[in-house]
Amino acid sequence: MSKHPLPPSWQHVGRHDMFPQSGHDDTARFDFLANMNGYLSTKLSPKVRVAYDKRVKPAFEQAHVRAPETRHEVRKAMISDPIYQTWSALRRNTMEMRQQAGRGMVLRQLAPLVDKARELNEGSPNLQLDPSVKIPRHVSAVDIHCMPGGYHTELVADDISAGANYDAGIFATTGGMLGRYNDGGGQALAQWLKKEHPDFKPRRILDLGCTVGHNVVPLAQAFPDTEVIAVDVAAPMLRYAHARARSMGVDNLTFRQADAESLDYPDGHFDIISTAMFWHESSAKSMPRTLREVHRLLAKGGLSANLEQPQYHGMDPYEAFVRDWDAYNNNEPFWSVMHEYDLHKMMAAAGFEDSKYFETTVAGVVDRSIFPEANNDGEDYGRAALWTMFGAWK
Amino acid sequence: MSGFPAIADLDPITLAGTRPKGKRPYFFEDPAVERVMSIAMAIAMEHAVTRQRLDALERLIESKGLATRAELEQFKPDASAEAERTTWMQQYIARVLRIVQQEAEALENEAKEPPLSDLIAQMRDE
Repeated sequence: MSKHPLPPSWQHVGRHDMFPQSGHDDTARFDFLANMNGYLSTKLSPKVRVAYDKRVKPAFEQAHVRAPETRHEVRKAMISDPIYQTWSALRRNTMEMRQQAGRGMVLRQLAPLVDKARELNEGSPNLQLDPSVKIPRHVSAVDIHCMPGGYHTELVADDISAGANYDAGIFATTGGMLGRYNDGGGQALAQWLKKEHPDFKPRRILDLGCTVGHNVVPLAQAFPDTEVIAVDVAAPMLRYAHARARSMGVDNLTFRQADAESLDYPDGHFDIISTAMFWHESSAKSMPRTLREVHRLLAKGGLSANLEQPQYHGMDPYEAFVRDWDAYNNNEPFWSVMHEYDLHKMMAAAGFEDSKYFETTVAGVVDRSIFPEANNDGEDYGRAALWTMFGAWK
Repeated sequence: MSGFPAIADLDPITLAGTRPKGKRPYFFEDPAVERVMSIAMAIAMEHAVTRQRLDALERLIESKGLATRAELEQFKPDASAEAERTTWMQQYIARVLRIVQQEAEALENEAKEPPLSDLIAQMRDE
C-alpha cells in the first residue's frame, strides 16, 4: 500500500442540503488545490529539509559553532534559502487560490444560499444569535488562515457566505482526511469516549468555537439524548452551522452566538466541554480566562476534551519551525505562542487538579466511503489523521 | 435589513478575490518574482481545470459510442490538419514566450533607442 494514497476527488465531499451547488470546474479547482497541497507536503517539503541539512544548517554551524537550538533560529536561517522561498511562496499562493475558488463558488449563488439558510433557520429555538457579542481582537486582528473577512464578516443581511466557503474548502485543504463531512475530529472524540469511557453518559455537552459545527455534530449524534450547545462569536458561521445540522437531521444541538470567555450558564452545568482546533486561534489573555470558564462550567466528574496540534516542547527545532509556518505565513498569529505553553500547568491554573490532567493521541476515523481500502489493524498510513488531545477531568 | 447592501449590488468576481486582512509575507527578495509566480500558478490551475473538462468530454463521447479513447490516442491528422495543428503550436509557443522574444530583439536595438522621456523632451523642441 502506498504511504501517500491519492487524495479523493472533491466530488466525494459530503453534500447536506445547505452545501453550495457546484459545477465541473469547481471540482477541478479543488482537485488541483488538493494535489498541490499533496505535492507541497510530500514532494517539496522533504527537499526543504534537504536544503536545511545540506546547506542552511552547516552554514549556521560555521557561523555560530553550534547547531540551531530554536525554531526561530531555524526560521531566520531558512528565510533566504531558495527552495524554502519557492515552497513557501507556492504554499501561500495555494491558500489564496483556495479562498478565491471557494468564495467564487459561494458568492455567485449567494442569494439562493441565503434563502436556503433562512428557510432552515427561521423560528428555530436552536439558533440563538446575539448581535451585541463583540468580535474579540484575536478573531478580527487578521483574517485567520487567509479567509477574506475571517469567520465573522457579514457581506449581506443574514449572510452565511463565510460558513459556506469554510465548509466547502476543508475537504480540499485536508485531502479528504477528515472525511466527507470534515468531521474526523468530532468522530475521533466520540469514538474515544465510547471506547475508553463507555459508561459516561453526559447530560449536557458544550462545544467552544464551533464554526460550522462540523466537529460537534458527531457528538450530538453519538449522544442523541444529550443536550448539546455549541458557541461561536461569528454569526455567519452559526447561521450556516445550524442550517447544516438541521439538514442532517440533528435536533439536540443548539448554536449560540457568545464569547466562550464568559457564558451565562450556572456553575457545573456541563458534563463535557469540547474544543477542536480552537485554542490556537485564541490569545494569551483569552485562553486562561476561557479555561477558567471551562472549569467553572464543568460538573464534578466532567470532562474538558481539546483536540489540537502537537505542542513544541521537546520537538526537534526543525520540525517545530515547519509546524510554525502557518503562524507567520497563514495568518495564525497565536499558533506560535500557544504551542509553546505547558498545557498541564495552564489547566492546573484554571482550577483542574494536577492528577486529573491527560494528554493522548486519538486517531481520526477513516471514512470508508472515500478511502475504501481498509486496514483495520495498526496504522492506516496517510488515511487517518492523528489528533493530539489534551484535557482534564473535574 | 439596514446597513447591508442588496445581494444584487455585490460584485462577486472582485469579492471572491478579496485580500485577507494581515500583512502578506513575500518570500522572494524581489516581489515581482512572487507576482509572476502567483499569476503563473493561477494559470496552471485554470489549465488543469480545462484539461479535466476535456477529459470529461472525451469520456462522455466514448460512453455515448461516438468515438473510443483508443481512437483518440491513435488519432493521426491528415496532412492539412497536421499543418494547421503545427502552426497553432508555433503560435502558442510564441504567445507564451513573447517577452523572451522581445527582450532578445531589444538586445539588438537598445543602443539605438533612447528612453521615452528623452524622446518626449525632444518632441517639445521638434
